[in-house]
Amino acid sequence: MGDLWAGLSEAFRLLVTLDSDLVEITLRSLQVTLSALLIGSAIALPLASFLAVRRFRWRRGVIAILNALMGLPPVVVGLVVYVILSRSGPLGVLGLLFTPTAMIIAQVIIIVPLIASIAHQSLRDLWSEYHDLLISMNVTQGQKMRTLLWDARRALLTASLAGFGRAIGEVGAIMIVGGNIDHATRVLTTAIALETGKGDFALALGLGIILVGLAIAVNLCIHWLGRTEQEGRW
Amino acid sequence: MKRMIYAAALMVWAGGAVAQDVMRMAVTTSFHNSGLADVLLPVIAQDLDLEVQLLVVGTGQALKLGQAGDVDAILVHSRSAEEAFVEEGYGPHRREIMYNDFVFIGPDDDPARISEAKNAAGALQAIAQTEAVFVSRGDDSGTHKKELSLWRAAAEEPAEFGSWYKAVGAGMGAALNTASGLDAYILSDRASWLNFGNKGDLAILFSGDPVLFNQYAYLPVSATRHPHVKAELAEKLEGWLTSARAAELINGYTVSGETLFSFNAKP
Amino acid sequence: MSMFPLKVRGAQTARRGKVLVGPVDLDLRGAGTTVVMGPNGSGKTTLLRLLHGAARLTAGQIEWACDEVQARRDQAFVFQRPVMLRRSVLENLMYPLRMRGVARPAALVAAERWAVRVGLDAMLSRRATHLSGGEQQKLALARAMITKPQLLFLDEPTAALDGRATREVEAVLRAARDGGTHLILSTHDLGQARRLADEVLFLLHGSVREHASAQEFFNGPECPQARAFLRGDIVE
Repeated sequence: MGDLWAGLSEAFRLLVTLDSDLVEITLRSLQVTLSALLIGSAIALPLASFLAVRRFRWRRGVIAILNALMGLPPVVVGLVVYVILSRSGPLGVLGLLFTPTAMIIAQVIIIVPLIASIAHQSLRDLWSEYHDLLISMNVTQGQKMRTLLWDARRALLTASLAGFGRAIGEVGAIMIVGGNIDHATRVLTTAIALETGKGDFALALGLGIILVGLAIAVNLCIHWLGRTEQEGRW
Repeated sequence: MKRMIYAAALMVWAGGAVAQDVMRMAVTTSFHNSGLADVLLPVIAQDLDLEVQLLVVGTGQALKLGQAGDVDAILVHSRSAEEAFVEEGYGPHRREIMYNDFVFIGPDDDPARISEAKNAAGALQAIAQTEAVFVSRGDDSGTHKKELSLWRAAAEEPAEFGSWYKAVGAGMGAALNTASGLDAYILSDRASWLNFGNKGDLAILFSGDPVLFNQYAYLPVSATRHPHVKAELAEKLEGWLTSARAAELINGYTVSGETLFSFNAKP
Repeated sequence: MSMFPLKVRGAQTARRGKVLVGPVDLDLRGAGTTVVMGPNGSGKTTLLRLLHGAARLTAGQIEWACDEVQARRDQAFVFQRPVMLRRSVLENLMYPLRMRGVARPAALVAAERWAVRVGLDAMLSRRATHLSGGEQQKLALARAMITKPQLLFLDEPTAALDGRATREVEAVLRAARDGGTHLILSTHDLGQARRLADEVLFLLHGSVREHASAQEFFNGPECPQARAFLRGDIVE
């Protein structure tokens, strides 16, 4: 109990004093995760739409693989990205290891299957509703995909938010590929792991509380943006 | 309001970017936990206009990072592994910088009575005989290697120990957390222990045997093997770490009134 | 260029070896309203889908007077249960035009004109899925007609509607027919068939048993099952 109270008061202190390190790692957390979310959504949503609309031979297989990859262990992703980006790995010349870019790459790999899977489920339902109409209107495959994406945008927002939740709280992969370097690749989750390692539970808990608050704030913010857009429309 | 959010988002992306020389150095957890880095790095930045980015890992991984060319230099404490590193051509040389010491930590009431031991070997034998719970790093780090060599010197074989010997496979802090939770014995470097925040009922029970001294060495990564490493910056840093200014800062660094490191680099 | 006359020769569609409709031989000259009648399960919906190209042709030919791409563009389909895009009424109306590359201002003008024509102009900004059944079917009809198709298929469009909504839909259909669109409409509402038909296709067990003008059909069909159907007897 004592640790929890200490954590709460530490979180309060960090917030009130606007601790400059805290601001820095919080902004970096947001930068990495929102970039990964943007890129991941740009890949996952069209992919989900494609899988809903097109019938091709390996479709079921691809969907099964996507569903399985939803549970991809971040540590494994981190390790694979690490090996690939290492100076002695195939993409070593890019010099990306231990940079925020490497962390974004790892997070994209982690969240694409998740977003695509959830998005595919809602797009598949919408497609069964729209199927006859769009076939009869003789629209192109691209138009079908775009129509589904647009009309299911609220459900897709939820899919993306699930991706955000997974990415912002992720520590295993970004610790490995980012290296948790102070002022370069340290983010909230890796800072929490570090402080826990030092036995400074109050600071670790304080950061944890801020992380949870940040996740909730971003969720509310995106939902709110989505709703104002709806109100303007209807 | 919407516009404000977009503006905030832009600011998030724009952050960072300072024009300055940057190099990466892999250091051990124990060095980082000592807090000495927080004293040295700002001065290095000032004196050399050099930003040293620290990758805090175990000695095993630090050596791996050097072998792969993912860092420009390493600062570790495991002599035989360091010599092998240089021999295999991954680094041009090894430079001793400073040392600190290891201490045995255990529960206040000391069930194995190691505080009465004459030397490190005696302390370990006492633990093995009473089968008191002992937490080992078990992560191939410098501290772990040191612990294993101490067991062997005491004529004990960790591979044959029962369930009282717990290899946790974690960094110094996490291992200390475990030991604190289990009221167990553990080998730690003095710096990590003094800076550790979750001491619980643990205390330093044995220290001072010369075999517990812990030599830190600086190894630049070979530029012949990895042409992309910043050998020039690594050399500049080596010069600084062995300078009188570094000696003053290292010898003068204290935690809770105790000196942690002794500078012993040869000019 | 006109799609008509349409020539259907031995057309059939089958699924897993079972013939659902066909073989069908048919000539349509492309004016007025063709009403497809027959008992439940006789294949009315499948015949419409087959002609529309939404059911797979497994044997025979369907030949339009123009090339097939144009023929596909020049027809539309209204389902028994209207499919509403999850958008506003206005966006639903504009959708087919926008998909054909019509610029937004032009699509907007056309959509507003059609909304007035089917009496939906007061609810342009409502969500289509929130409309009543009758309003949805009128919207579906307007959305189908907005591309000015030469041929419009309607699969029991008023089966789920009450009397008033049915009358409104029929008025729109009559106007469309008078505007030169050929309607092919399936129904099992005899009264509706009498009100709208210029000619009748009578279907039984997946094949066309009688193809006659409305007058001939309703005054005395040739095949005995059609006579029984008109009397209101159960036909199997």
